[in-house]
Amino acid sequence: MQLDERIDRLTMQRYANPKAFIAIADRVIPWLKVLTGLAFVGGLYLALFQAPADYQQSETVRIMFVHVPTATMSMMVFAIMTTSSIVALIWGHRVADLFARASAPIGAAFTFIALFSGSFWGRPMWGTWWEWGDARLVSELILLFIYFGYMGIWQTIDDPIKAAKAARITAIVGAVNLPIIKFSVDWWNTLHQPASLVRMDGPAIHESLLWPLFAMWAAFGLFYVTMALIGTKIEILRFQSRARAMRQTEGV
Amino acid sequence: MARPLTSLIKRDVRLAVRQGGSVVQSVLFFLMIGMIVPFGVGADADKLADIAPGIIMVAALLALLLTLDRLFQADFEDGSIDGLITLGPLLELTVLAKGVAHWLGTGLPLVLAAPVMALLLNLPLDAYPVMVLTIILATIGLSFIGMIGAALTVGIRRGGLLLSLLVIPLYVPIIIFGSAAIAVAGTGSPDLPASLGLLALIALGSLVLSPFAAAAALRLNAA
Repeated sequence: MQLDERIDRLTMQRYANPKAFIAIADRVIPWLKVLTGLAFVGGLYLALFQAPADYQQSETVRIMFVHVPTATMSMMVFAIMTTSSIVALIWGHRVADLFARASAPIGAAFTFIALFSGSFWGRPMWGTWWEWGDARLVSELILLFIYFGYMGIWQTIDDPIKAAKAARITAIVGAVNLPIIKFSVDWWNTLHQPASLVRMDGPAIHESLLWPLFAMWAAFGLFYVTMALIGTKIEILRFQSRARAMRQTEGV
Repeated sequence: MARPLTSLIKRDVRLAVRQGGSVVQSVLFFLMIGMIVPFGVGADADKLADIAPGIIMVAALLALLLTLDRLFQADFEDGSIDGLITLGPLLELTVLAKGVAHWLGTGLPLVLAAPVMALLLNLPLDAYPVMVLTIILATIGLSFIGMIGAALTVGIRRGGLLLSLLVIPLYVPIIIFGSAAIAVAGTGSPDLPASLGLLALIALGSLVLSPFAAAAALRLNAA
């Protein structure tokens, strides 16, 4: 019991206070903005000018520097949202709910960019805009719809407290199902093995491409953290102003 | 312990059968998809046999999806769900019973209608036994996974659209394994036990797990 309380205090309690969260966020956000900008400038410079063009894929290989980081981030953000929802479920932290809510559109945007850039990469490489033969592409599309479902819950339920609780369940149910969906799509894919597909994970990635990739990863990661903090702050303020308005109307 | 649950199941099934003909209508809807598809893809018997497994699965999904929003709606509107919630930890069992009743009221009729559907789509005769087994397992999964979405959207006016949006992505594995099982039925392919087994895993897994999620969702909607 006592240990529980101590862990509570050590880990989550500080950030569960909306006021403290906003104070910390306000202090961190300017730095994060600068870091995100620097990472993007550096990453894009490395990706566009330093990285060599591929002897097979020529300049189109540079799409990878957007495609791969956004694709990994799309899954990472959902994992963070789920963790946040579990935290909210166990400790009842409003801020964790709002953090998950603020993360969702960013994650959905990453998913969309990954699909979009994958499509533009697939066109010259595979000769098609969309390839049902690539299991990762298909799973990514399903992930996008799961994001939309999660956002739909927040949008449709008027009462913010009920919406938060429903959103927690949606995120956790989605996270439980995602590996099963991923597995089933992989399985389905081997069943319908297409002939035209070029395996992208064939040759190991060359070192000259690795550093620009890491830089872009860092840039997108920082971008997410910055946007999620700003988004959470906005959600907190919106929640508070709504609560204030409710109190006023009740007082009249 | 068991008697209240069986009486709840009986009540729900009776309501499903007697109220507004929803059982007949969902079966008709299911069969009508089998009727409308040949007009789209042509009367070529081989082509129809090729796409039959997928069409049967998708039709079952749609027919079941349309009945999901009523799963908790009536109980929610007349307040009897609040009574069930006061039972406390028994709510999970109650929800399980409601899921069983939903399957008996919509899944089972679809199972019975499936051979007619297969006939319309020219599915090879030796695939029929596996097809029926597949539809049994698949509708269990569809009912119980859909139950979570139904519980989440129960308080929302016109929540049916959001419900579809939430559960269709989760239905992907059922469609994949179900269609695969029917497609290889009667060919002696080693894929058959694998896909049937995985489908059974999903059906039983959702049977056990989703009452917890659905009960949690109902509690928050009544609070």
